[in-house]
Amino acid sequence: MRDVFIVGCAMTRFGRMEGGLLDLLEEAATGAMNDADIDEPVEGVFVANMGAGILNHLSGVGSALVDRLSLYPAAAETIENGPASGGSAVKVAYYAIASGLVDLALVVGGEKMRDVTGWEATDFVATLTHPQAEYIYGATLPAFAAMFARLYMEKYGVKHEHLAMVAIKNHENALLNPYAHVQQRITMEGILHRPEAIMNNPPVAEPLRLYDCCPVSDGAAAVVLASERIASKAKKPCVRIAGIGQATDTHAVHERKDPTELKAVRLASQKAFNMAGVKPEDVDVAELHDAFTILEIAESEEAGFFEKGKGHVALEKGETSLHGRMPINPSGGLKARGHPVGATGVAQVVELTWQLRHEAGPRQVDGAQIGFSCNFGGFGNNVLCFVLAGEK
Amino acid sequence: MNNLEAILRPPERQLPPYPPKVIVLASGEKMVVREAKREEVPTLLKAVAPLIQVERDFYDIVAARTYAELLGWLRYRVRDEYCLVGLIDGVLVGLVNGRCLSRKIGISYHTIAMRRGLRIGAHLFASKMEYHIEYLGQQEVYIVAESPIGFRRWMIEYGLEKRPQVHHELGGVMSWALTRQLYFDAKPRLVVGERPVAEDVLETAKTITVVEEAVLLGQVTGKPA
Repeated sequence: MRDVFIVGCAMTRFGRMEGGLLDLLEEAATGAMNDADIDEPVEGVFVANMGAGILNHLSGVGSALVDRLSLYPAAAETIENGPASGGSAVKVAYYAIASGLVDLALVVGGEKMRDVTGWEATDFVATLTHPQAEYIYGATLPAFAAMFARLYMEKYGVKHEHLAMVAIKNHENALLNPYAHVQQRITMEGILHRPEAIMNNPPVAEPLRLYDCCPVSDGAAAVVLASERIASKAKKPCVRIAGIGQATDTHAVHERKDPTELKAVRLASQKAFNMAGVKPEDVDVAELHDAFTILEIAESEEAGFFEKGKGHVALEKGETSLHGRMPINPSGGLKARGHPVGATGVAQVVELTWQLRHEAGPRQVDGAQIGFSCNFGGFGNNVLCFVLAGEK
Repeated sequence: MNNLEAILRPPERQLPPYPPKVIVLASGEKMVVREAKREEVPTLLKAVAPLIQVERDFYDIVAARTYAELLGWLRYRVRDEYCLVGLIDGVLVGLVNGRCLSRKIGISYHTIAMRRGLRIGAHLFASKMEYHIEYLGQQEVYIVAESPIGFRRWMIEYGLEKRPQVHHELGGVMSWALTRQLYFDAKPRLVVGERPVAEDVLETAKTITVVEEAVLLGQVTGKPA
C-alpha cells in the first residue's frame, strides 16, 4: 500500500449556522483545497453525512457537492456510518489512495442538525440504536450514556466532579478555538457546587447534566488527501496517516459481557497503533469522541493512555489538560467545539493536522508530532481510530 | 399634570418591592436581579432597540413588544407594570416585565436575555414568577410564548395549565397559567438565588450599563462583533 498524506484542511465554524448543508460542505471543501493549493485534479470526493435524508430532505450529497464545486468528473460517494461517518470517509479515501486508484481525494464531513428541533435531533440520532431492543423503548443516546456513566461511577469511583472537570477543561480549550460552537467558560462552583447549579446545569439523564452533553451543532470539516507523488509538491508541511483501526461491537448494548467496556475502542486503537508502529505513550495529542463527558474518560483508558479505571485520576491531576502529559481534546472536543455528527470524525483529523503542523495558535500542544483520534459510532458499536504523524 | 393627561393616565398603585437577589451562573459570574426604576427605562430602551432587527429566535417581535411595553410604563400608559433586570457587574444581561391584571391575577409580558448560554432568561423568568406569586401574592399568572425557546422554558418546564378561555393581552394565541401550586412545585428546581445581597455586590448593580450595540448583537446572534 502507498503512504497517504493530508495536504490540506479546513472547517466551518460549528454552531447554529445560516444556509444549507451544501453551503457548509462547500465552505469547508473550498477552504481545504485552498489550504492544499495543489494544481492537480481531485479524482475522488468522499462526503460523510449521517442524516441529510431525515434532517434536510436531501440525498446524493456527494454528487451534489461535486456539482457545487465543479469537480466533475471526480468520483463521488456519500458515506453514512452514524456519528463515525467522518472517520469512515477518511478511511475510504485512504483506501482509494493507498490502493493506487486515485492520487488526490477530497474528504468532507458535514451535518445541518439545527434545521429541526432539539427533540427531533435527539430522535434522529437515536435511530442508530437497535430498533427492536432499544429504540422502541425510547432509549436515546443521552440515556445510554447515563446508564454507562452510572455503572462506571459505581465500578471505578468516578464522581460528578470528574465529569464536570472534563466539561470545564474542554470549554476552556474551546475558548481558544474560533471554530468552536460553545465559547463559554464554566466553573465547578456554577455547574455543580452552588445551590444554583440545579438550574444552571439541570439533569438531562441522571447522572448526566446539561454540561455533560455535547450540543446539537451544524458544521462541516474537510481534508485533502494525497499520494506521496502529489504530497511532495505541497507547500505546507504534510501530515501522514500512519495508522487506521476500525472495530465493531454488538448493536444492542445489553448483549455486551461488560457494558463498561468499550471493546471496539480498544481494538480499533490497538489496530491503529500497530499499523503506525507506535504506542499510546508516543502520542502527543488526542482528539476523543466526548459526546458525553464520561466517554472522554472511558475512551482515554481503552485507547491505552491510562490504566482502566484510572482515567479520572489522570484528569484530576491535570494530565489531560492542554499543557498536561497527555493533552486530550485541545479543540474543545465534541463537548464544546460541537458535534455535527457527520462532520465530527473529519473535524478531529483537521484539529490534529493543525496541531501536527504547529498551526493551532493559542491551543497548540508544544512540539506535537504524533496525534490520535477516536471517532465513536453508535454507542460504541462502530469505532474508527487514526494515528497521524507530522512530516517535515 | 393637565386635566387631559390625568384622564389618560391609569391610576397609580405602588407595587410591593421585589427584594434584590444574587444568582451565581454556570460561568461563576454573579448576576444581581433587581427591580428597574421607571427613570431607568430610557437606558433599558437603548438596549432593547437594536434587538428589534434580530430575526433569530423571535428577538424582533419580543424586543418590539417589550420596547412598547417599557415605553408605556415610562409614559404612564400601562397600569401596574414592573420590570426586573439582570446585571453582571452593572452590565445589563437581561430583563423581564409584566403587570398586574388585578390583585389576584398577574400578566407575564416578556423575557429578553442579552447574553446567551447561561440560562439568564430562565433565571429571570423564574424571578418574575417569584415576584408575582411570593411578593405580589397573586393566585395565577397568565403567560403566552412567542418563541419555541419560551415554550420549552415556560410551558414545559413549569408544566403550565392551558387557559383557552383567557384572552391574554399579547394576542389571541393560547394562554397558559402558572398557579400557586405549580409555582411551589417547580420552585426547588427552577427558582434560585440568595438574599440578602452583599452590600459590595449590590453596589455594582446600582447603575445600569448597556454594552455597545455591536457587542450586544454578537451576544444574541452568536456571531462575534
